[in-house]
Amino acid sequence: MDEHISNLGVPEGANHGNLKSYVIGFLLSLVLTLMSYCSVVYDLLSGWVLIGAISFFAVVQAVVQLFLFLHLGAESKPRWHLMTFLFMVLVIGIIVFGSLWIMANLDYRTM
Amino acid sequence: MQHSSSSHVYPDAHQDTYSKTLFGFWVYLMTDCVLFGTLFATYAVLRTHTAGGPSGHDLFSMPYALTETLILLTSSFTSGLALLPSQCTSKYKVLFWFGVTFLLGASFIGMELTEFLHLVREGNSWRRSAFLSAFFTLVATHGLHISLSLVWMIVLTIPVWRHGLNSTSFRRLSCLRLFWHFLDVVWIFIFTVVYLVGGIHG
Repeated sequence: MDEHISNLGVPEGANHGNLKSYVIGFLLSLVLTLMSYCSVVYDLLSGWVLIGAISFFAVVQAVVQLFLFLHLGAESKPRWHLMTFLFMVLVIGIIVFGSLWIMANLDYRTM
Repeated sequence: MQHSSSSHVYPDAHQDTYSKTLFGFWVYLMTDCVLFGTLFATYAVLRTHTAGGPSGHDLFSMPYALTETLILLTSSFTSGLALLPSQCTSKYKVLFWFGVTFLLGASFIGMELTEFLHLVREGNSWRRSAFLSAFFTLVATHGLHISLSLVWMIVLTIPVWRHGLNSTSFRRLSCLRLFWHFLDVVWIFIFTVVYLVGGIHG
């Protein structure tokens, strides 16, 4: 690590990425955004295939940014950042899919 | 940066002030994600409940939402560049990149407020339908985060401008950068779930 970064209190081994990882992350995000946008605006797909495709592009872009911008994969063991992140994903999964499931069921039963 | 040589400065990794602060901030970000998760769940449930009012397809302009998205994505990129080791050699480089990030963030929030104002003037405020209540709650919560971090950016960059970059200001700016990247990740899902799904034909 460069001398001046160590002087700024950053421990050796802390990952701040480099120009290359940022440029790659930026370009990939740009491409994924435009792919989602075009498939909706120019009717390239339709129905659930379209919903599935843009959800997939969004998740891929989030993963790209988590690794290349937020440096999630770069920490050394024990990977506390990754563990708290995975727990958050679990909680959000339960909240979002649980709410949709319950409310759709309620809708169905009260029709 | 790859570090092949092992360091003995910190016998136990993650125990220095920098690592502990960034981990604490990371845990806060995860709880903030859960907050956004609940708002996304609410929006997904209420999306079709327009109470006879306009739906997303009638209200959202796709090119406008794309412009907002590209501005925020670029600002996330520039905030990352600000703290690269090559830029930390001079406070002016760091301040330049945060300045660019600030201007992009301010344009984003300006566009969002213009959109809100336009919706409210046409009678489509949060009082119009459950769909619009959920829309305003989700998008404005994100906008509030952006606005507050713009204020935070000013607060953190003034000492850098006056006294230069040191370990304290670098640590705080690292948290801010993490926050800014995180807000762009949340926006990916707002763009997809709210604007793109809302804009699907038929």
